[in-house]
Amino acid sequence: MSSARDQILGSIRKSLGRGALEGEDAARLHQRLATPARNLIPDRTAGLDRDGLARQLVGKLGEAACSVDEVASLAEVPGRIAAWLQRENLPARLVQAPALAGGLDWSQAPTMEVKTGTADGSEDTSVTPVFAAVAETGTLMLVSEASTPTGLNFLPENHIAVVRRSQVVGPLEDAWSKLRAARTEAGTAAAGAGMPRTVNLITGPSRTGDIEQRIQMGAHGPRRLHVIVVDD
Amino acid sequence: MQSTSRSFKQNAHHALQDATLQRALGNIKTGFQEKRRQVIEALPEFEALRDTGRDIKNHTLANLDFYLERFEERVTEAGGVVHWCRTPAEARETILEICKRRNARTVTKGKSMIAEEIGLNEFLEANAIEPVETDLGEYIIQLRHEPPSHIIAPAIHVTREQIADDFRRHHSDLDPNRRLEEPRDFTDEARAKLRDRYFQADVGITGANFLIAETGSTVIVTNEGNGDMTQLLGKAHVVVASLEKVVPTLDDAATILRLLARSATGQEMSVYTTFSTGPRRADDLDGPEEFHVVLLDNGRSAMLGTEFQEMLRCIRCAACMNHCPVYAAVGGHAYGWVYPGPMGAVLTPSLIGVEEAGHLPNASTFCGRCESVCPMRIPLPKMMRHYRTREYERGLAPGTVRVGLSLWSFLATRPSLYRFVTGMAARTLGAFGRRAGRFRSLPMAGGWTGVRDLPAPEGKTFHALWKERQGAERRGNGGTGR
Repeated sequence: MSSARDQILGSIRKSLGRGALEGEDAARLHQRLATPARNLIPDRTAGLDRDGLARQLVGKLGEAACSVDEVASLAEVPGRIAAWLQRENLPARLVQAPALAGGLDWSQAPTMEVKTGTADGSEDTSVTPVFAAVAETGTLMLVSEASTPTGLNFLPENHIAVVRRSQVVGPLEDAWSKLRAARTEAGTAAAGAGMPRTVNLITGPSRTGDIEQRIQMGAHGPRRLHVIVVDD
Repeated sequence: MQSTSRSFKQNAHHALQDATLQRALGNIKTGFQEKRRQVIEALPEFEALRDTGRDIKNHTLANLDFYLERFEERVTEAGGVVHWCRTPAEARETILEICKRRNARTVTKGKSMIAEEIGLNEFLEANAIEPVETDLGEYIIQLRHEPPSHIIAPAIHVTREQIADDFRRHHSDLDPNRRLEEPRDFTDEARAKLRDRYFQADVGITGANFLIAETGSTVIVTNEGNGDMTQLLGKAHVVVASLEKVVPTLDDAATILRLLARSATGQEMSVYTTFSTGPRRADDLDGPEEFHVVLLDNGRSAMLGTEFQEMLRCIRCAACMNHCPVYAAVGGHAYGWVYPGPMGAVLTPSLIGVEEAGHLPNASTFCGRCESVCPMRIPLPKMMRHYRTREYERGLAPGTVRVGLSLWSFLATRPSLYRFVTGMAARTLGAFGRRAGRFRSLPMAGGWTGVRDLPAPEGKTFHALWKERQGAERRGNGGTGR
């Protein structure tokens, strides 16, 4: 029995008036996948230095309805988080990504109740690192790893993301390059494969326009997305 | 889904009389159109990106078999399974089998037009599996037992008052006197109701905006985060996608993403764009245990190589319907099947046949706004004309239309006879209508005068006036003042 797969591929080839691609034609397409070329990229972030990129990112995060805090070092982060929670009238407890466990010194914020792991839906607030931050549109790139579980990005009502200045890139394509390089280095990439289970591009807090097209924050994911940009 | 496209005329008539619907449709202009205009003005490269997006999709469609095979290889490497399905029935059975193997009682669903196309919800219900829609708009219309009326805003036809009634009826465990007025009230209530459902679900089903051949990833684009919870918390993640969703690389997806959200909701990026590749890894703390991609053809492979191939570039942004005067007047349900508006008027006859949906390509004023806003530069009016031609050739057009068209072509191909007849008509109507300036009724024109007056001609045809004016200009009297 000819499988559905064969029939669909056969139908495509019949409509296109050719057989399966082989030889040079196929080689050219394999090449296109193996060494992805960049298409037209908007000028918006071209030529920006590190400060320029950070400024562009902060502006775009604001447009996407994030709140932003800029700090001079990682050591300041726990204190600033505690202050933000207090200002927003939120409980002084949170769950942090395992990846941050060594880096954030919570003794600076002794009143905070901190657990480490993924979220189970009962937490108010999560703190995560990001893989990259795209200045072009104020978009955070988060990838799933054992130390950065995806649940933290969606289940709590408030999501705090810690961005290091060195992680800020211009266009989305630069974030893809960074991801490909990291996966190759880790020995997980075979010709572009080896993506993590999930790559989340997040631009602002959750929202919906489904009630008479009026934008309302906090549909299913976090109501607040607070970004702390750390100068490293 | 059962089509009612055959009764488009009656559907449209009812829609025009429906005061509640007309009020709901009034939000389109201030919402989608204005936001899109603003965000596009802020990106000087937008027009050039449209060309690039079109070229990427054309390249992909010309090599569709190759890219689908590569996509499948990568999915398999990542530990997932691709299921090739020719028909809606095959897709439904495949999904049911996955659900049964997991003893699924409830499945959560992210928004998917392909799931609508294959009639998935009814089928699951008939097999004792409860589908739970999680997109707020989809959740509302599921409570109302209605199909979506818009491809990205499925409940755009519903007003707040109607939703309040639905919520009070279905959430009967809550205080009946609670406030349901502001969008916040509805959003909070649905959020709370759906939270538990995510955790209970055995299987999470989402659609896909893109499939990436380079990596074997499926991509969803949402603002609510519901699709992400659906795939994160279900024990198995099933993606339903039609085969033209594939693009070669992550960079190609980046380009088209710059077009998608801007054209759809007027955002630079939607809140959540998520790339999913395979099931959870051995050391991951969360994520689904299984990853399936149900890849649907349903007539699309046969569209390649025809005058309708370009329709397969569509990225489902809904800009065409958001700018369509016909859609704005009658809403999405009148179109009678899954896809409304200009893209539906072309796609529906392609998928379910011109016999069933021949009316839809006629539901157009041919103003061309759909093509002018389409981020993938799909020539929608041209394709609607192709379908009109097909409808006529197959003898599907009604008798009066055929007779009228023959009469017209007889006249239009005989210039002097045409000038004589139209000149006479203009003089006669001009003489009769001079006093009132308009006709309330006219023999053989009831279709027009039944709903509006016909302005009376001034007594001369356009041809005659044009000739006079050209003559005047040549004599130097300056007719047009250019």
